[in-house]
Amino acid sequence: MIRVSHLSVFHGAVQALHDVSFEVEAGTVTAVVGANGAGKTTLLRTTSGLVRPRSGSIEFDGQSLVGRRPEDIARLGIAHVPEGRGVIEEFTVQENLRLGALHGKGRFAEGLEDQFALFPALKERRRQHAGTLSGGERQMLAMARALIGYPTVLLLDEPSVGLAPQVTASVLSTVRRLCEERHLTVVLVEQDAMSALRVADRAVVLHVGRVAADDRADVVLADEGLRRYYLGMVS
Amino acid sequence: MDAFLTSRVVTDILEGIVQGVVIGLVALGLVLVWRATRVLNFALGAIATLAAYLGMGLLSYHVGFWWCFVLCIPFGMVLGGATERIVVRPLYGKPELNPIVAMVGLLFLLEAVVGAIWSTTTRAIPVPFSFIHWTLGGRPFALSPLSVFQICAALVLALAIGALFRFTQLGLQLRATAHAPETSRLLGVRVSRMLTLGWMLSCSVGAVAAVIVAAGFATGLTPSEMEAPFAIGFIAAAVGGLDSPVGALVGGVAFGVIEQFVTDYLNANLVLPVALGILILALVLRPQGVFSRPVARRV
Repeated sequence: MIRVSHLSVFHGAVQALHDVSFEVEAGTVTAVVGANGAGKTTLLRTTSGLVRPRSGSIEFDGQSLVGRRPEDIARLGIAHVPEGRGVIEEFTVQENLRLGALHGKGRFAEGLEDQFALFPALKERRRQHAGTLSGGERQMLAMARALIGYPTVLLLDEPSVGLAPQVTASVLSTVRRLCEERHLTVVLVEQDAMSALRVADRAVVLHVGRVAADDRADVVLADEGLRRYYLGMVS
Repeated sequence: MDAFLTSRVVTDILEGIVQGVVIGLVALGLVLVWRATRVLNFALGAIATLAAYLGMGLLSYHVGFWWCFVLCIPFGMVLGGATERIVVRPLYGKPELNPIVAMVGLLFLLEAVVGAIWSTTTRAIPVPFSFIHWTLGGRPFALSPLSVFQICAALVLALAIGALFRFTQLGLQLRATAHAPETSRLLGVRVSRMLTLGWMLSCSVGAVAAVIVAAGFATGLTPSEMEAPFAIGFIAAAVGGLDSPVGALVGGVAFGVIEQFVTDYLNANLVLPVALGILILALVLRPQGVFSRPVARRV
């Protein structure tokens, strides 16, 4: 589904990703974990076209994504919920969702119903400005806005930031459900490795811009060395 | 009742509104471009004047007044779009001063070009409305068919722009681009087209303002006709809030009324100093603009 090969990305003189390669299978959740500054966000931003790599390639269903504009990549069915969620605060909840539906598939009315079924809290707040929402509601809105266009791939950047643990858990379990019920392909970037690995099929561990491990999520979760050195988890 | 409607105060207010709608449109034009591209379009008045000359120039080819008036809108659009693509686009991401200097340069260039092609002589526009004021109980009323046309033209345009932003998919994308360009791109919005479109709309609004000014009884088409409305419109936009289209319109009309009162009760030469005084006061008390909400910026 997505094949990243030998990807190197620079921010000015600083190299953020070194020769990163891995594959994402259709209908799975791939967790990309690692400490702050490991290059997780850069990886997603390069995939969605916001950042241009120095070298390497990213393929989606056989077509190359490198060099395409973000708006064209989005229209291919790759939805990116960015770091900080990117909710437009000046818009109402419904306007945010309408914007998400414009260039996606399906009809807005059906998509809206679908998202309100998935995130009932948004239905009550549909006429409210997004700036008045809580952190958890913003995360739901950002996800609903990405999903309303029925994408093939969902790139999710740090959904747990600023959320209470039980809210994070419910967000991640929704991700898992979407993957299983709708065959959605998810790339989940998370600093909270433990939570992410529990819902993921595969895990890519990034360490200062390099792939330190690429394996089944349960294998990574069980690996004492990986947990201790790269994920900062003490058993 | 007639005595009230023809009183000095009501007359000043109505005459102020006639001037104010033009100032409001200029301010609206500035806001449309600022919201989209964070550029202050100092050349707006000159671009608008050129569009008005092009449209009204068709009068000599026996095109009717209404056609000429309507055609000023696409002329403004083409000029605005070309300005964004050719002059402004290469300057995105450069220091903020660069586009300002470029726009001031364009202002002088266009004024000179218009003067060179059409000469600087004032041209009257044959507006199909009488400039003779109505009378009420034998006393002159502030409005004439001409001034009603001027107010209505501005009102219809402002409502059309408002409806475009509020009710259409294009408007939704234009607003999204103004608030969050990167997020918009991630949702498939062709942001670079939206930026060009913002300039096109802005300059078409300016073109209509230029025709309204030129249609006035005491004015007419001249290369520098938009200088005074632009100066006050710029101040009105800054006071109303450069991010607020409604604030720009309301601010513009308010400045027109203030201008009229200053002219009538004090001295016409004090119009600009008073406007600048209001601007300074507004910048001290409400720097984000009267109609804008303060925005926290992450640094």
